[in-house]
Amino acid sequence: MNAPVRTSRVSRRTVLKGGAITVGFALAGLSPRVRAQSAAVAKRVLDPKEVDAFLAVNGDGTVTLFCGKVDLGQGLRIAIPQIAAEELGIDVNKITFIEGDTALTPDQGRTSGSNGIQRGGMQIRQAAATARKALVELAAQRLNARPEDLEAAGGMVRPKSGGAGLSFADLIAGKQFDLKLDPKAPLKDPASYTIVGKPLPRPDVPAKCFGTHTYMHDFAVPNMLHARVIRPAAVGAKLVSVDESSIKDIPGAKVVRVKDLLAVVADEEWNAVRASRALRAQWSEGTGLPAQGSLVDSLRNEPGIIDETLVNKGNPAAQRPDGAKALTATYYWPMQSHASIGPSCAIADVNSESATVWTASQGTHGNQKTFARFLGLPLDKVRLIYLEGSGCYGMNGHEDAAADAAILSRAVGRPVRVQWMREDELGWDPKGPPQLIAISGAVSADGRILDWRTELWIPKTTRGLPNIPLLAPEAAGLDHVPGLNTGLISQNGDPPYSAESMQVVAHWLKDAPLRPAPIRSPGKPANCFAVESFVDELAAAAGVDPVEFRLRGLKDPRAIEVIRRTAALMKWQPQSYQVASANNAVARGRGIAFVHYKHSESYVGMGMDVSVERASGRITVERVACAHDCGQIINPDGVRAQIEGSILQTLSRVLMEEVTFDRARVLSVDWGSYPILRFSGVPKIDIDLINRPTEKPMGAGEAACTTVGAALANAVYNATGARLRTVPFTPERVKLALTGKA
Amino acid sequence: MASYTLRINGSAQTVEATDAAKPLLYVLRELGLTAAKFGCGLGQCGACTVMIDGAAARSCQTTVADAQGKPIVTLEGLGSPEKPHPLQTAFINAQVPQCGYCTSGMIMSAAALLQTNKTPSEADVRNALDGNLCRCGSHVRVVRAVMAASGQGG
Repeated sequence: MNAPVRTSRVSRRTVLKGGAITVGFALAGLSPRVRAQSAAVAKRVLDPKEVDAFLAVNGDGTVTLFCGKVDLGQGLRIAIPQIAAEELGIDVNKITFIEGDTALTPDQGRTSGSNGIQRGGMQIRQAAATARKALVELAAQRLNARPEDLEAAGGMVRPKSGGAGLSFADLIAGKQFDLKLDPKAPLKDPASYTIVGKPLPRPDVPAKCFGTHTYMHDFAVPNMLHARVIRPAAVGAKLVSVDESSIKDIPGAKVVRVKDLLAVVADEEWNAVRASRALRAQWSEGTGLPAQGSLVDSLRNEPGIIDETLVNKGNPAAQRPDGAKALTATYYWPMQSHASIGPSCAIADVNSESATVWTASQGTHGNQKTFARFLGLPLDKVRLIYLEGSGCYGMNGHEDAAADAAILSRAVGRPVRVQWMREDELGWDPKGPPQLIAISGAVSADGRILDWRTELWIPKTTRGLPNIPLLAPEAAGLDHVPGLNTGLISQNGDPPYSAESMQVVAHWLKDAPLRPAPIRSPGKPANCFAVESFVDELAAAAGVDPVEFRLRGLKDPRAIEVIRRTAALMKWQPQSYQVASANNAVARGRGIAFVHYKHSESYVGMGMDVSVERASGRITVERVACAHDCGQIINPDGVRAQIEGSILQTLSRVLMEEVTFDRARVLSVDWGSYPILRFSGVPKIDIDLINRPTEKPMGAGEAACTTVGAALANAVYNATGARLRTVPFTPERVKLALTGKA
Repeated sequence: MASYTLRINGSAQTVEATDAAKPLLYVLRELGLTAAKFGCGLGQCGACTVMIDGAAARSCQTTVADAQGKPIVTLEGLGSPEKPHPLQTAFINAQVPQCGYCTSGMIMSAAALLQTNKTPSEADVRNALDGNLCRCGSHVRVVRAVMAASGQGG
């Protein structure tokens, strides 16, 4: 395989003068030919309504794409160029991809919500279609031909009947299109696609396998200091005093204090680490955390809860028909960490006039405003440049590390690199919040859902909050907007199956135990776990096979197809759905779950084969089968990788993960106290991709996370007759459930 | 300030360190060998794995003093685009990395395995890599790539 797309590589040795915004810097790693275009690039159009914001034709006939969405390992560096190359009519290896740089790329919103392709990619598709239309019209004038007799292919516009054409470079190189994105610019017929739909390799993979990919963590700028931030001994604690003499023997180490933001800096990274460990500081009492043991109960009884009816369809019958069975169940999903393998890292170069920040943030553009605010700088003097970090799945500590670096750089007058330590990342990254979900409902004797009511106890996102508050500006007493953001956490609280009545009520909590943030497919792994477990409970109460039960309640043919294809992958046999004998030492079972993500995006069916060792309570997931319909597939191998990752990461969350804390601070701060999935726990995975080239492409990075909890819990029920309703499914919890004590 | 002579990727390098307990990981990264990554500093995740004396070792748990004189191989020394190690070829063919932060450690642990077990079973591979953590969920592809690199499947 060869990597078809050149990614911009930032030179580690390029000198940056005093935070001045120099476009040439980010282009330094590009080919000289592309760099020659930098004069044109320097006048970058950033308005996402403009074609020039997204693409430029270079003098050598190559095309540079400017993408506000970033590649976190999910493959946008190939998928977006595939979309653009297809629509423009140029080879994908003629495209250079620049991502997430506030001075170069248009603001396409945060890279989140699994919308990199479905929103970001579609903007670029329309920009490319508009550009192609313009190129064809330019060529028509030059060739004295009708536009409809011309086609764009291979970087040329030429007569469909054959004969000489004009290259894109001949037509427009170095000039701007000066065109608005035309929503009516005709798109290519998917039947003609030659690039979209191909499993092209991701261009960053070889460098990641040779150790030459420049991660945020590997980047350096001249004259920079290494810093480590010392977080308070308790959440909300204030700094009382620092004993600077405690690090006097460590060469070059100095204390930097900005109000309650405490750090050490040193020329050598290891000396900064040593100093951070040696430094003696006194902190006040913290603001206190709730007691973990009673957290579930306290969520229901928090003061200031605001109730909101999210879904209200039909009315529950005054009296249920004869033979109806009514059930209630409560499910709980705990606080979890993003648990990135590399602790967050950033570099900032800030002075009194400007700021340049290199960050692995998923939202460089949105954070430009946040950073300008707390630094007190004009927006156009603050530049955030994305560099890939360790995998991030919503918002880990990347943005906090960037804010740390920015404030410290201003304080010391030099560029500062901050890297968090393991305990910082697991202790202080913003957490997926706890979710308590209660469902009541009834099923008729003939297996129809009669009434359904979901209640969610979840933190309320603060209206108009520009960004999740960062630790450093708050500690340093700088201007910031307080509030909570958990992402779209209340979606998929209702099942997609027909029911006579359906209610979803959110009990919005005004606070969360620890600072919350969206974590991959925010809220929906928990909601779908509860909903699809309860569907299984209803099916079991009605004595109907769970595949059949789901199919009966659906009309959408795409939903029906993913369930049928999941069942086919599983070789599902209805009669197999019986609770196994309680006598065997190892119980085996299988379960199924389905989601129509956000009720409007991808369709996922998931089945699992599991075994449960009764004596230990240990669950082994032997196999996961997944049928997946995300509409038009841009890159099938990229989609498969995302599904594999969604399944394994969520299995880890479901089986193992819960943030633990005492009344002062997080206790689960290493991989011993916050274990994640290892190779020994990885099942066989079978994926059936359903490609629908004429449908809209939809995200594939989140949906398959949501079905994992229920497919697993339903399989454990099938194996043992015990329902698991609290995540994580630790052996201790499973044993309690097996003895009926959970 | 003491001097230490290290044998890294086949060549001798003399480095200075004020602290004999400075982990090899920091030394390597200061030399520009940034494939090995800081993940936990506790020997729990495997992101910093290199080979020392032919065995997988956590460079965050190996001091510069202890590393002195022993042959050290990092991912950069294992192979290059011009002359890739079979594991690197297999990892690229299987499109293993997502974020890829764990990849260097994965390949180095696998390389150490293949030195002692040229045709490992899948269970051998999982066992050898069980101390290497991945958060993106690339595990299935890692196992496939190691099997392919050892001439089995793929």
